[in-house]
Amino acid sequence: MAVFTRPRQAFVIAGVLGLALSATACGTGDDKKSSKAGSAECAAYDKYEGHDGKKVSIYASIRDAEADLLERSWSQFTDCTGIEIDYEGSGEFEAQLPVRVDGGNAPDIAFVPQPGLVKRFADAGKLKSLSADTKALAEQNMPADWLKYGTVNGTLYGVPLGANVKSFVWYSPKTFKEKGWEVPTTWDQLIALSDKIAASGMKPWCVGVESGDATGWPATDWIEDVILRTQGPEVYDQWTTHAIPFNDPKIVDAVDRAGSILKNEKYVNGGFGGVKSITTTSFQEAGVPVTNGKCAMHRQASFYANQFPEGTKVAEDGDAFAFYFPAIDPAKGKPVLGAGEFVVAYADRPEVQAVQTYLASAEYVNSRAKLGNWVTANNKLDIANVASPIDKLSVQILQDKTGTFRFDGSDLMPAAVGAGTFWKGMVDWLNGKQTAPVLQGIESSWPK
Amino acid sequence: MEFDFADQQPKLLMLMYGLIAFVLVVGGLLLLLDVVPAWFARRREAQLVAASASGAPLSRRPKQREGLFALFFLLPTLLLLTIGLVVPAIRTVLLSLMDRTSTNWVGLRNYSWMFSEDSIVRVLANSLIWVLLVPLVATAFGLIYAIMVDKVRFEAVAKSLIFLPMAISFVGASIIWKFVYAYRGEGDQIGLLNQIVVSLGGEPKQWLLESPMNTLLLIVIMIWIQAGFAMVVLSAAIKAIPADIVEAARLDGVNPWQMYWQITMPTIRPALIVVVVTLSIATLKVFDIVRTATNGNYDTSVIANEMYNQAFRYGESGQGSALAVFLFILVIPIVIYQIRNLRQQREG
Repeated sequence: MAVFTRPRQAFVIAGVLGLALSATACGTGDDKKSSKAGSAECAAYDKYEGHDGKKVSIYASIRDAEADLLERSWSQFTDCTGIEIDYEGSGEFEAQLPVRVDGGNAPDIAFVPQPGLVKRFADAGKLKSLSADTKALAEQNMPADWLKYGTVNGTLYGVPLGANVKSFVWYSPKTFKEKGWEVPTTWDQLIALSDKIAASGMKPWCVGVESGDATGWPATDWIEDVILRTQGPEVYDQWTTHAIPFNDPKIVDAVDRAGSILKNEKYVNGGFGGVKSITTTSFQEAGVPVTNGKCAMHRQASFYANQFPEGTKVAEDGDAFAFYFPAIDPAKGKPVLGAGEFVVAYADRPEVQAVQTYLASAEYVNSRAKLGNWVTANNKLDIANVASPIDKLSVQILQDKTGTFRFDGSDLMPAAVGAGTFWKGMVDWLNGKQTAPVLQGIESSWPK
Repeated sequence: MEFDFADQQPKLLMLMYGLIAFVLVVGGLLLLLDVVPAWFARRREAQLVAASASGAPLSRRPKQREGLFALFFLLPTLLLLTIGLVVPAIRTVLLSLMDRTSTNWVGLRNYSWMFSEDSIVRVLANSLIWVLLVPLVATAFGLIYAIMVDKVRFEAVAKSLIFLPMAISFVGASIIWKFVYAYRGEGDQIGLLNQIVVSLGGEPKQWLLESPMNTLLLIVIMIWIQAGFAMVVLSAAIKAIPADIVEAARLDGVNPWQMYWQITMPTIRPALIVVVVTLSIATLKVFDIVRTATNGNYDTSVIANEMYNQAFRYGESGQGSALAVFLFILVIPIVIYQIRNLRQQREG
């Protein structure tokens, strides 16, 4: 069964292939960029000098347009220092990162959006602690609340990078003005307004929790926001750390309160159908009816601004804007729920540390913010560099030193709950399952 | 949007490297498989010629040399099997006896978790439904279709119609069917199924939401893909029935029904078993369809999907490994049956 009729022919083919390979190998000669160190525009990067030609790999879940902005945000740093940043974004980040790390193929740096995952890697001894420079800079620039989420067993591993504010309700200022509705500032006003809108024939709320792999997460945000408002930050902390069980009466109460909106056929689901349409409506689509009059309100984080159709004016007097999700119990203050990603390092080569330090610096956060669509808790961010009104509002909330900030609870919990049974439980709950058995199920899945 | 070649250069280069590597590896393998045996054959020939010319006895150790020769070809396979299959299998079994950090032994706790946790029992039950329904229904469809189109005028066209879905990936097929099942609360239905329901005067339904109907609807996707495979294999088997048997039966005056039960069925039985076994194994491993269509939500998860979630998303490598081992155990009897079957055929 000779594949080639004659051996000689085979050798000729092999030879040609070999030639082809060596020819292409010549063609790929990488003309190496030399750093522009020393020039005036690079003065700010002097402290990161001395790593010319070194490579640092970064792995994160940020993709597409956002990733382009990210790469542009550090282009000057790369030009000036000669450190080449090899960025890779993946939609399967959370699942792939542990595989890569355990497989001995860890990136130098990862942007991890879950403190729970940071803890997992830190406990396994995979993370490198921060360099003294980075630590000093982080402690100087970041709110203590945020540093706490990057700290495991007393060691700071993760420096907060981007952030978002979740305690927002999106609405249409235009529609509100036309109908004469007031932006509610208390929970009672919020419910009264919902009733009024429902009576007018419009569905007051639209909700969608479908998110592919992560279906259910927007519902967990609802629960977290309500627990913060009815029980306050202390109980919230006990809940996220499992100091009180998931089916504690306090939690049951909060879930039922969220249910008074989410599971109310009169309130939901503007433009999509009944309560059951919530689980199959994608969170990206869910808030869009706010702008076309099918529903009035949509509770979602600051980043939702990007989801509106092109041409939508996102501003206080525009087609869409957001108000603060009202407090329930005045005694519990005005809590803010938010999230963000943390820069962790799996290598401690000097150039990796330099990049990590740079990402915590004032220069970086301002250069990234200028490109738009970005918020951070870093207090060196000059609000003048933030363009969009919603981002401005978010920065104000994040930099408000009197406010109570809490990180997204499901991101703090072990992944089996925070990215597993909690999400799944919310889907079942929205599809009609009672609160008690759902919370009981989540409680029993908490890793022992 | 403009396509800038300079911008895409790194990706294009990667693509080219990939292609070159592919050609080199495949070409190299073909070369190796062609040249090496030919060289051995020529040497043996030369020896034989030399031996017969000189009248001396043949090389004394042909058997041993043939053994070496066989080993040469078996070695890469054995090596790859060990690295890619045996070692991971053993490691998975070990991991399934450890906790989530893979450092402490926990005995059979992961297995008892599997059978006591309600949601996982549900997953096992779903897998059972899958493995019962898919091979049977897909094979039945394939068989009926193969018999129906046998020797009709547009047989090739009719067959390719059923075979076409085989060419679509599981993920692609699931996305297509997701549109079929799509639901819109108000306004125009974009889903075929709901459009039919609405045009018949019914209310649109959220098909993928209600258990156990949603599992059955997902199973339809798998059957849609696999019926073509069953049909092709069975059709070939039907065509391979010796004409003289059929003719003899005709002369004996059988009716079509008898022909089917007494001639066709017994003759294609081996092919039928191969199809059912292959489909059973493929069904046990099903992952893509569930993950693409519902992500295992609404009580539709199956073992492979749950295994992925536990091991890679939730960081519960012990529990994930236990599910993997269980899946492996389920496949073993099917494989043993298949091997025995093949052996019997060879002997018979």
